[in-house]
Amino acid sequence: MQTMPEHRPSRSSEVSDGPATTDPVLASSEKLEVVSKSRVGVRENVFADQVFRGIVVLCALAVLAIVGLIFFELVSQSHLSISKFGFKFLVKQIWDPVAEDFGALPFIYGTVVSSLLGLMIAVPLSIGTALFLTEICPRRLRAVLSLLVELLAAIPSVIYGLWGIFVLAPFLRVYVQPFLAKYFGWTGLFSGPKYGWGMLAAGFIVAIMILPIIASITREVITAVPRVQREAALALGATKWEMLRMAVLRNARPGIFGATILGLGRALGETMAVTMVIGNRPEIAKSLFAPGYTLASAIANEFTEAVGNTYLSALMEMALVLFVITLIVNALAGLLVWSVTRGMPARALA
Amino acid sequence: MPKPLHTTSLRRRLSNWTALGLITLAALIVTVPLFLILGTVVVRGLGALNWAFLTQIPKPIGEVGGGMGNAIAGSILLLAYASLIGVPLGIGAGVFLAEYGRNKFGNVVRFTADALNGVPSVVIGMTAWALVVVPQKHFSMLAGSVALGIMMIPVISRTTEEVLLLVPQSIREAALGLGIPKWRTILSVVLRTASAGIVTSVMLAFARIAGESAPLMFTAFGNEFWSMNPGQPVASLPLQIYKYAIQPYEQAHAQAWTAAWVLISMIVATVVFFRFIVGRGAIKGVS
Repeated sequence: MQTMPEHRPSRSSEVSDGPATTDPVLASSEKLEVVSKSRVGVRENVFADQVFRGIVVLCALAVLAIVGLIFFELVSQSHLSISKFGFKFLVKQIWDPVAEDFGALPFIYGTVVSSLLGLMIAVPLSIGTALFLTEICPRRLRAVLSLLVELLAAIPSVIYGLWGIFVLAPFLRVYVQPFLAKYFGWTGLFSGPKYGWGMLAAGFIVAIMILPIIASITREVITAVPRVQREAALALGATKWEMLRMAVLRNARPGIFGATILGLGRALGETMAVTMVIGNRPEIAKSLFAPGYTLASAIANEFTEAVGNTYLSALMEMALVLFVITLIVNALAGLLVWSVTRGMPARALA
Repeated sequence: MPKPLHTTSLRRRLSNWTALGLITLAALIVTVPLFLILGTVVVRGLGALNWAFLTQIPKPIGEVGGGMGNAIAGSILLLAYASLIGVPLGIGAGVFLAEYGRNKFGNVVRFTADALNGVPSVVIGMTAWALVVVPQKHFSMLAGSVALGIMMIPVISRTTEEVLLLVPQSIREAALGLGIPKWRTILSVVLRTASAGIVTSVMLAFARIAGESAPLMFTAFGNEFWSMNPGQPVASLPLQIYKYAIQPYEQAHAQAWTAAWVLISMIVATVVFFRFIVGRGAIKGVS
């Protein structure tokens, strides 16, 4: 009886030309030889397949290696600072390059406050935009509008910064800050000299920059809510808004939360635009009019000018803090978005 | 006509219209900054645009005239070298994820690529500094390209994976059934079918890194003169915009706006050009 190994490509005509035999081992080796003489060589193919597989596996391993290298370099370069200041580095307010005494608290504070401010402005607008695009917008307008929102993501950070310095900051100084100081000055959040630039300006810039990503993921999450849910709500007599609130937003909530967290990840690492408008002063001030400083902008501003190993090492440790925080934040966001869009391609994370 | 079984109360109708109105308003507000920014860039940017700007090197600080020819050339070179690093690795990793990555190791790679995508660019710049600048002992175009190339990889690999998964399984089976080995199937059938999508993924990555300045600050650093040597520091448009924006001279600000205009035009032109090629089917196998 002749056995035919199914997985090997073979030309039946050539095989039938070969000597028929009852010995399976001999038969298969004969076939191998016959086929390898033909244009498609089995052994070469197995080899070539393995080589190809090896190449793409190497590419995949490169991704792992890069992230590993980033972590390794940050840790090894910040070793000096970690051993000198220990945990106190994160809670000290001193930033004195001359005395080589460093503490990152004002930077962590500035990073967190500017990011949260950005989120507070961006999240409601993004959810609104996503709802408008998926539920209200006429079909024709939809493509144009979503292109506009995506374009917002394509504008380079440094151009946001340029615009922030010369357009947004003067606008805030002349119109927004006097208004806020007059009506909300009692909160203490809006007092002091009105420069235009400062924490508030950084919040606005960050908000504009993270809007597209939050909006696009929220949109995806909303689309993933089953149609049946909407129809059920409408069938029960809900108005459109009630349907959106009860059937859509409630189901999409974890995903929208994930989108928000992903936006937070972007906001925390935002560098150039923030550097250009936040004022770059390592202080913790209650007023949002006051200048601040973030981890990323301190690195961008001071790294090339840093003299002395401790100074460099302290900046490296700040990068390490930033790296670890964004890693955690992004992992959390990915999990939340995945919980809603399960089974759908994860364009959100690309 | 039968009476409607159910009438919506005024309060519910009001809240419905208010909410829908607010949603529409939000979408309108979001588009405002885009038009403001693009408008300002065009209006202020065209002011200082002339032939000298595109071809000359910067004049000493405070002097009138000069241009950003070296920064434009530097940016193009940086992006080209970065693509040499990022595109093959990104597509390779994407092929792995789509064709061999339906397992635990694939999930690890997927998760890591997403993590890499979220790493702030300034942190990647520092890593490139530690990896390339420190051993070399000086800033260089190479270091800048490494930083930008690393940033391309996760974008390209995840998008490529997505696009490859859209290629119908039956096409792969047909090719394999004809006796074409797997590697040939992937290269000549799967990748070719998905070529339009892969070009889009490269464009996405390109658009992301083309305007990056933070990772270049301590890698490519900047240069006041022409430099084509990958081993030497080089000027780039984004970084030049930053440097000019924080100078106290009107002249420098005007040039920064013009540079912004040139940068945006270059990004848009590249993306449109490749879209056009893909659209015209010059790259075969577009479905």
